[in-house]
Amino acid sequence: MTLLWIPLLTLLGVLVPVFTERYGRGVLSLATATLPAVALALTLLQIPTLLEGDIPRVSLAWLPELGLDLAFRLDGLSLLFALLILGIGLLIILYAAFYLSAEEASGRFFAYLMLFMTAMVGIVMADNLLLLWLFWELTSLSSFLLIGFWSHSSEARKGARMAMTVTGAGGLALLAGLLLLGDMVGSFDLGVVLESGDAIRADSRYPLMLVLVLLGAFTKSAQFPFQFWLPHAMSAPTPVSAYLHSATMVKAGIFLMARLHPAIGDTALWGWIVTLTGMATFLYGAWFALIKTDLKAILAFSTVSHLGLITVLLGVGSPMAILAALFHIINHATFKGSLFMSAGIIDHETGTRELSKLGGLRKAMPVTAVLVSLAAAAMAGVPLLNGFLSKEMFFTELLDTPLLGGLGWLLPTLATLGGILSVAYSLRLVHAVFFKPAKESPPKSPHEPPHLMRLPVELLVTVCVLVGIIPAVLATGLLDLATRAVLGEALEFHLAIWHGFNVPLLMSVLALAIGILVYAMHSHIRRLARQFAPVDARRSFEQGTQTLVAATQAITLRLENGSLQRYMSLLLGASLLLATLGLLDLPTLAGDKPSQPLDGVLILGAALLIFGAVGTAVTHRYRLISLLMLSVVGLLVSLTFARFSAPDLALTQLSVEVVTMILLMLALFFLPQKTPRESTAKRNIRDLLLAGSLGMVVASLNYAVLTRDMSSIAHFFMENSIPGGGGHNVVNVILVDFRGFDTLGEITVLALAGLAIFKLLNRLRLFMPHSDGEGRLWSPDRYPMILTSVSQALLPLALLVSAFIFLRGHNQPGGGFIAGLIAAVALILVYMARGVEWAQSRLDFQYQPVAIAGVAVATLTGLGSWAFGRPFLTSAFGHFHLPILGDFELATAMLFDLGVFLAVVGATLMILANLGKLTTPHRPSKEPATTTPGKEKKS
Amino acid sequence: MSQHLIVLPILLPLLAGLVLLHKRSGVTRTKRIISVAATVGLLAIAIALVIEAASGEITYYALGDWQPPFGIVLVLDRLSALMILLTSILAVGSVVFASAGDDEQGSNFHGLIQWQLMGINGAFLTGDLFNLFVFFEVLLLASYALLMHGGGKARILAGLHYVVLNLAGSALFLIAVGVLYGATGTLNMADMAVRVAELDPERAGLVRAGALLLLVVFGLKAAILPLYFWLPRAYAAAPAPVAALFAIMTKVGVYAILRVYPLIFGDHAGPLAALDQPWVWWMALVTLAVASIGVLAARDLRLLVAYLLLVSIGTLLAGVGLRNTAATSALLYYLLHTTLVTGGLFLLCEMIGVQRGKAGTRLVKGRPLQNGGWLGILFFLGAVTVAGLPPLSGAIGKVLLMQATPHAQQPWLWPLLLASGLTSLIALSRAGSTLFWRSHEGEPTHAPLTKRHWFGVGWLMAASPLMVILAGPITDYTRATAEQLAHPERLVRSLLEPDETGGES
Repeated sequence: MTLLWIPLLTLLGVLVPVFTERYGRGVLSLATATLPAVALALTLLQIPTLLEGDIPRVSLAWLPELGLDLAFRLDGLSLLFALLILGIGLLIILYAAFYLSAEEASGRFFAYLMLFMTAMVGIVMADNLLLLWLFWELTSLSSFLLIGFWSHSSEARKGARMAMTVTGAGGLALLAGLLLLGDMVGSFDLGVVLESGDAIRADSRYPLMLVLVLLGAFTKSAQFPFQFWLPHAMSAPTPVSAYLHSATMVKAGIFLMARLHPAIGDTALWGWIVTLTGMATFLYGAWFALIKTDLKAILAFSTVSHLGLITVLLGVGSPMAILAALFHIINHATFKGSLFMSAGIIDHETGTRELSKLGGLRKAMPVTAVLVSLAAAAMAGVPLLNGFLSKEMFFTELLDTPLLGGLGWLLPTLATLGGILSVAYSLRLVHAVFFKPAKESPPKSPHEPPHLMRLPVELLVTVCVLVGIIPAVLATGLLDLATRAVLGEALEFHLAIWHGFNVPLLMSVLALAIGILVYAMHSHIRRLARQFAPVDARRSFEQGTQTLVAATQAITLRLENGSLQRYMSLLLGASLLLATLGLLDLPTLAGDKPSQPLDGVLILGAALLIFGAVGTAVTHRYRLISLLMLSVVGLLVSLTFARFSAPDLALTQLSVEVVTMILLMLALFFLPQKTPRESTAKRNIRDLLLAGSLGMVVASLNYAVLTRDMSSIAHFFMENSIPGGGGHNVVNVILVDFRGFDTLGEITVLALAGLAIFKLLNRLRLFMPHSDGEGRLWSPDRYPMILTSVSQALLPLALLVSAFIFLRGHNQPGGGFIAGLIAAVALILVYMARGVEWAQSRLDFQYQPVAIAGVAVATLTGLGSWAFGRPFLTSAFGHFHLPILGDFELATAMLFDLGVFLAVVGATLMILANLGKLTTPHRPSKEPATTTPGKEKKS
Repeated sequence: MSQHLIVLPILLPLLAGLVLLHKRSGVTRTKRIISVAATVGLLAIAIALVIEAASGEITYYALGDWQPPFGIVLVLDRLSALMILLTSILAVGSVVFASAGDDEQGSNFHGLIQWQLMGINGAFLTGDLFNLFVFFEVLLLASYALLMHGGGKARILAGLHYVVLNLAGSALFLIAVGVLYGATGTLNMADMAVRVAELDPERAGLVRAGALLLLVVFGLKAAILPLYFWLPRAYAAAPAPVAALFAIMTKVGVYAILRVYPLIFGDHAGPLAALDQPWVWWMALVTLAVASIGVLAARDLRLLVAYLLLVSIGTLLAGVGLRNTAATSALLYYLLHTTLVTGGLFLLCEMIGVQRGKAGTRLVKGRPLQNGGWLGILFFLGAVTVAGLPPLSGAIGKVLLMQATPHAQQPWLWPLLLASGLTSLIALSRAGSTLFWRSHEGEPTHAPLTKRHWFGVGWLMAASPLMVILAGPITDYTRATAEQLAHPERLVRSLLEPDETGGES
């Protein structure tokens, strides 16, 4: 369980700076450093266990479905990296405390830094591939925040985004690769995976998996051709550059390759891809390090170059090469970390990082000069420093590798070339900053930094020197553990400074000598470099993104042109296609049911129906006529219902038809009388085909259904209507009882429609025409006398009819729905005859409460059955006898039906009143004697 | 009361709506209290339902005491309980957020929200195809009214597209149900499953036509390509709490596909088995691709979130199209995650927009935000989870789904899924750096955010880390749900006693 504490402590450390920021910088940084220091101690305490040959592990089940466990291990490789991460992390905290200016949000900065540290510790300690990936992406996220820390600068923002995009994309590829890997092995447990190397290499998906995993590693470790994000990540504050972009995060890719080497390495494919990519990176980085003029850019490219070097070693993959790679990881972290921090110091003290403005700082900053010189010498591979040792091993391994066969000489040659460039840029770095006289003076007069700020640099340089002189004492133990973790067995090796006169030594000497020479000719090289147009990765990346965004916008705009007609045609087209597919499956359209005989009335009705339908479409530009045509259709549908013995439906349809027509006419008032001719002929043909085919398909479906015998649940309703529902009218019993729940839903819909229309019209300012299509003003006859008197006379009569229809509903055609519509029509007539204001003042109630009350009555009726322990909406009925009235039946269903009635009346009038009211306050004032519109138009 | 538990998720919002709607005017404070109380009550009911459903037993509620297959039934299984819970969690965030002031922009807000919830819950619970239509209507009308809330040209225009297309969809739904009833003679889904299994092969075409037509309707609701074009503008125009609640609306379509097809057209359906699968699978992939393009194209934060919603729809439906237990389990986890997080993001958009003054949610340089720090953290967390990056729930859901993909489908789904993650990442990092980092000099607008705002967003966003921590128990439940769905005969048996099954013909 101790293991669990290491990442947990750093994670808790995220909160520490947030809470201690208010106590000042000193407390803040001390407090922040506490938890990682404890974590470091805990890590060190594990060493004895490791030395005994055990690997401490801990595993908690987290998401078994996925194979994701909260599992950590601390083998030699994890130990090496964990020490680097925590150790350098502590130094960075100390350094950053001085680096950040007083007004910067250092609490936030340290919190991000701790988040990043957690993620890194998580990567190196994860004992589960998915867990590793989790932390992997977390490093990308925290690095995004850290690079963008100076968010006011455009470079920082763009650099952050670029780093995030590249490493994020790599992370996604890595995920795919790891999932494949887990699938091959059958487990994400690292132990299992590492032992299944042979099975993995034999799998047919191995190449794909390898490429995906390497994509993840290469993007993270800035390998060619993904190196471009790293130099731009240097817009981050220097502690971030030193920590993330040289010492730790960019090593995550390297770590991954080393970690998975036993499982996925050791194949020709691995060797080729990794070695050559590494070599390309090594040379590319070295070249640009030589020609850049910004101190941090030089260091960034040299980092790229050294990452390439390590990658080459991992690609070669022999035990000694792995050892060399691990060794160089330590060495690079120490000398590059110290160089970055020194660059930060120089920047901090002089106010610039431009080589041309620096120079001769030896006098002002003697101690820093010595430190930088030593670190740079280590970087160049000067003997007696740690860089020399690992570089020597690098040369040796490249001489031995069988990788390129007959072209085997190529790798050592290229390596030497890279070595030459390294020497040259290291030399340039030291010379240009400290020794060469300055061309122009820096913005600030330089002096040594506070000692505590320099302390981390001093410590790291000391490590460089000591490891360089007595490697056997200092590095062997750790490296032994780490190589054992990678190779699975102990490796016999001996770190020494002197191996006698041999080829690698010759290569080192050559690199040093020619490197110095190259620096001497530096001006020529600069001139040569200037021949090539500089490629600004950030700009081209931004441009690439912009182009991509523009392209996506064009596509989106093309697809979504905002045309309802198009969307509708897509919907109908999709329906047409899918319904047709079903119909094609049908052996014959007609079933075996005999057709009913045709008679004259039916033919006439059908002809009228067709006429109405076609007429509606043809006259659609003349809205009023089109509407009248539509009413023909509605009327004929009602008649059809009546003809085929469905009086209830006929009545309902008829009253619905009337109400709908009136409301539509009201709405028409606000529309132009004629619509513009906007469809092209092509469009018309398309629409015609679409509508026609869909009509035919639906008709075919109908025909197919109607000509087949049906064994449905309908007989149940027939049989149970009287005994179970207490009504003779099966349709009504279905509505209020068998499927009363549907009806409850539908009256809710009706009420909602009223509310929705109220909302729609609520704040609408509509244009109101003052005349009809031909320019005639509305009739001055405001309330036609005949209409007024007839409507008033009709009202009580209509309400009586309504009541009658309602009451007989349960046994005879009728019911709450129809009754509601009839009552609504009668009231609408009053509105039309007398105008909204008159009607409103006399019908002194709001319609919304009526509609809602209707739904409420129905709901409460349904709830009543709870009192009798029955489910919602269970009906009850009984026969009663009263002296004068005689026998009669009472059913709860009638109460429910009353709710339906109220809801229908309320909702219908709500819609009407709202549409009508629209016209009252905002009429154009010039017009004489205007009136409620709609009804008089062409009537 | 406990025997009525199943109907409560419909009745409670119905009654709350009645109380809230009985008159238009009224004290806002009272309305808020009623609405919040009803929503919290719904949450409690939902928890009770999940506990009951977790036993694995499928229970039903026969309305009017008419037993299936004749009457309408509400069915409680793991899936419906889960969806109700999800809805109620989302609703709590939305209603509280709206109580910060959005509810006063127009009339009847809380009542409409309650009825909207009634429609959604009804759609999740019903075991009857026609009743599903009715609840689709309820939620359509309620959502249309809510979309209009606050008025304005953009809303009315987007609302028109929304309502016209969906009404056409309703008409198609009716045709489809009519055909299915005509061919099978029943409306109860379980009964229909039985009858489809015994179907006269001569009628298979009719059933196929009806079922596929139904798929178009569900596809429209779920917003699958090519039927989603109305969605981005509508969601971007909707008031924030409404848009947040709408995050569940598309899931109603996904749910309907998940409910109807495995049940009625499972393996027992012979030649009709899985008739939806190729369509759902391929169109989901195209949806995923095109929506990812839309994500990159969006120049407004709300629009961006709307496209992210579409990406999630593509992901979910691809999971549906895979038709295996692991994929169903994965997609249910993903569904929970995406609904809550997208809802939270819509709310967050509003808060950001309010503080940016005239720039609103457009992705242009604007004023610095008064609460930039906290809003930034929330946005960052939301972005991380919605882009599917660890350590939040989006990553878990996505990885679960990827792992559930059979080898044959991997080459299709994986690249698209990963690419959609990448485009989301690019778009969100661009949006985030513009909103929070690239601001004008000067003082922020004084637009204070209330505790209700923070609660609404925090409530929904907190789901993401919680879903990571509780990933084990949650996936246990979703896995069991997926297994229940894979065995439709269990549901059929629970509803129709063995001696009654198929006894109708």
